[in-house]
Amino acid sequence: MSDELSYLAQRAARGLMNRRAFLGRAAALGVTATMADTLLARAAMAAGPKKGGTLQMGLGGGESTNSLDPALDASQFPFMMLSTMGNMLTTVDAKGNLEASIAESWDSSPDAKVWTFKIRKGVEFHNGATLTADDVLKTMQRHSDKNSKSGAFGIMQGIADMKVDGDNFVVTLAQPNADLPYLMADYHLIVQPGGGMDKPDAGIFSGAYKLKSFEPGVKVVMEKFANYWDSSVGHFDTVEMLVINDATARNAALQSGQVQMVNQVDPKVADLLKRGKNITVAAAQGHGFYCFNMFCDTDPFTSNDLRMALKLAIDREEMVKKILAGYGSVGNDMPVNSSVPLFDAGIEQRKYDPEKAAFHYKKSGHSGSVLLRTSDAAFPGAVDAAALFQQSAKKAGITLEIKREPNDGYWNDVWNKQPFSASYWGGRPTQDQMYSTAYLSTADWNDTRFKDPAFDKLIMEARAELDPAKRKELYSQAGTMIRDNGGLINPMFNNFISAYRNDKIAGWADNPNQDMMNGLAAVKCWAA
Amino acid sequence: MHPVVKLVAQRIALGMLLLLAASVLIFAGTQILPGDVAQAILGQQATPVALANLRAQMGLDQPAYIRYFEWLFGVLHGDLGHSLANGQDVAGEIMGRLGNTLFLASTAAVIAVPTAILLGLVSVRYQGRWPDKVISAVTLSTVSVPEFLLGYILMYLFAVEYPIAPSVAMVDDTMGLLAKLHAVLLPATVLVLVVLGHMMRMTRAAILNVMQSAYIETAELKGIRPFLVIFRHAFPNAISPVVNVVMINLAYLVVGVVVVEVVFVYPGMGQYLVDHVAKRDVPVVQACGLVFAAIYIGLNMLADVISILANPRLRHPK
Repeated sequence: MSDELSYLAQRAARGLMNRRAFLGRAAALGVTATMADTLLARAAMAAGPKKGGTLQMGLGGGESTNSLDPALDASQFPFMMLSTMGNMLTTVDAKGNLEASIAESWDSSPDAKVWTFKIRKGVEFHNGATLTADDVLKTMQRHSDKNSKSGAFGIMQGIADMKVDGDNFVVTLAQPNADLPYLMADYHLIVQPGGGMDKPDAGIFSGAYKLKSFEPGVKVVMEKFANYWDSSVGHFDTVEMLVINDATARNAALQSGQVQMVNQVDPKVADLLKRGKNITVAAAQGHGFYCFNMFCDTDPFTSNDLRMALKLAIDREEMVKKILAGYGSVGNDMPVNSSVPLFDAGIEQRKYDPEKAAFHYKKSGHSGSVLLRTSDAAFPGAVDAAALFQQSAKKAGITLEIKREPNDGYWNDVWNKQPFSASYWGGRPTQDQMYSTAYLSTADWNDTRFKDPAFDKLIMEARAELDPAKRKELYSQAGTMIRDNGGLINPMFNNFISAYRNDKIAGWADNPNQDMMNGLAAVKCWAA
Repeated sequence: MHPVVKLVAQRIALGMLLLLAASVLIFAGTQILPGDVAQAILGQQATPVALANLRAQMGLDQPAYIRYFEWLFGVLHGDLGHSLANGQDVAGEIMGRLGNTLFLASTAAVIAVPTAILLGLVSVRYQGRWPDKVISAVTLSTVSVPEFLLGYILMYLFAVEYPIAPSVAMVDDTMGLLAKLHAVLLPATVLVLVVLGHMMRMTRAAILNVMQSAYIETAELKGIRPFLVIFRHAFPNAISPVVNVVMINLAYLVVGVVVVEVVFVYPGMGQYLVDHVAKRDVPVVQACGLVFAAIYIGLNMLADVISILANPRLRHPK
């Protein structure tokens, strides 16, 4: 039976038989529709990509204030659009390993201080110009300039010097950093002609699709770029991305077939959406998390016993079940999980323990209630999550007072300003990046005010260490420090949930780094 | 000077003053809101250095009143300025969005206004009987259901289950009129259902008001058909309140439909304004505010003029 079925699937994948006929024959062989769909998808993958067609995507996270300047990229829609049209030096694959992109290969001096990126030859920009190491240099200069407003400004700060050496782009760091090639995969660092210095929002990049029209907050239309350097991707003729910020409207557009892919599926409706005909819901376990931040340097959170009491008083399993509807995993009060390289899975998982929480709470000597600020701007379901936290803490004798803040202005007035508030992080592809963004004493976004010289020293040591086994051990120690002494309560890692029409789209492969196959869904998928 | 011309001139002058006052209020409002455009753009990524750089670049380091007068100077010279958030030309962007909004609003109005008035006439004709009750019940319930829910219901029925119209009402310049009308079928229907009740009830009430008059009785005694009595004799005398409520609803169709725009992904003014308010993008908020205020003032003026023209006592004052 299976031979006949796979024969049929291959025929269907090659277009010799239509999908309906295949499903009918499969049903006759006693195979369920879901199983048959899986077989068909696998056969389509094996048959190889089909060229042509139009892809329409309905995406949340777009505003009419969006720009084509990669430096200003700060939400989902511009991220998707720019990932489809541009290239960074490197990209991160589904397993967390680095892949070559504009940089063909890279190497470092033994002390990890001088990095040389070999720039790929024969890469063409959409305006016909050839991409050179000089364009790369200028791009990096624009993002690291002291007047820059780039979102990547922070991660460029460790760079002491940059220069071009023939076809190579050479970076000299002030301090060693074994993860520099990962930093170069940051989605702001898209290579632009002349670094985009003259006109940062010109919309000229080197990616698989080129810009046709862009109406901020409405839609972007892109065409296949015929001279793209990597012929194994970029299968559609045209890609259209529509801004659909309303979750119900997004799902309706997918169900009615007006779009073939959507992002940001609400976990609460994911299972309902899945029941629809021809719809696959793809959930990728990412490194983004939903959390509650305490300021370690502000009373009453200066007491580690109080911090520990609150960490023990949260029911993580319940949060994943009720807030994420199961589309996520429990957090362990560290800002990283097993989706990043060199993670030590052996660190003990913290559990809900009201008795121990009560013990630490008593020891902290705190009395009265603890004020927690929350808002739906912090993360979807943050208000409900705070209420659940309040209930579970009550059993430990801790009174949480919840203050609901307005969505508008939450990131300016509450997050990183108030001592105890709900928040989220999109996560970073490496541990070093996550820790240096928000947990070093000197970090710009130290939203838990965790300042520990011993921790800083560990991170610096790990950065300079090129031996993976030793680095893993150092990160394990650093992670444990945050877990036991930090101000981060991290109950859950959320999944990126997307959905697509499996009768129209093939080639989907989850990538946990970001939404929609790390922003490459339009580049890597093809018309089924 | 003819009194109507004089009134229009007065109203236009007053309207200009109102617009100026509105622009001051909107500007003050955007200043009171917490945070500024620099923080809004950089969001969670904001560092003090990046914030200072961005503010200096946008001229936000200058005092508020100077920025207001600079803006006002620009507007008086026909320059609405550039968006602070993405550098696009405000006038150009607004023209496209306003065109879309007016298209949706006029499509809805062309259906809603005659239907509402006709239903109002029918209600009066069959006052207290079943047609009156059915019309009242149906229009009151569509008014009472929140717009987004009406939108979702229509979307579920007519885009997902029985697909006759798209759920994403995206229009652009390349589309022909028929394609555009097809695209806005669902949002226009929602808007019609939302404004119908108000206008129909007002028509009904206004006509019933004059139905007690002696001249109606005369008309009835002449033996004219009841519907004609209402249409020819009662309705013209009830036009003034009807026109007012129609204008309020037209203004609402232009300035108040952001929820419907969001649900149906319609690229109109409402969503555009909301995005830019969230980003504290003052030039765009100011420009949208001016456009909305102008539409409101203009429609109200039109309502007054029509009321006067429809009423001989006001048309020929002693």
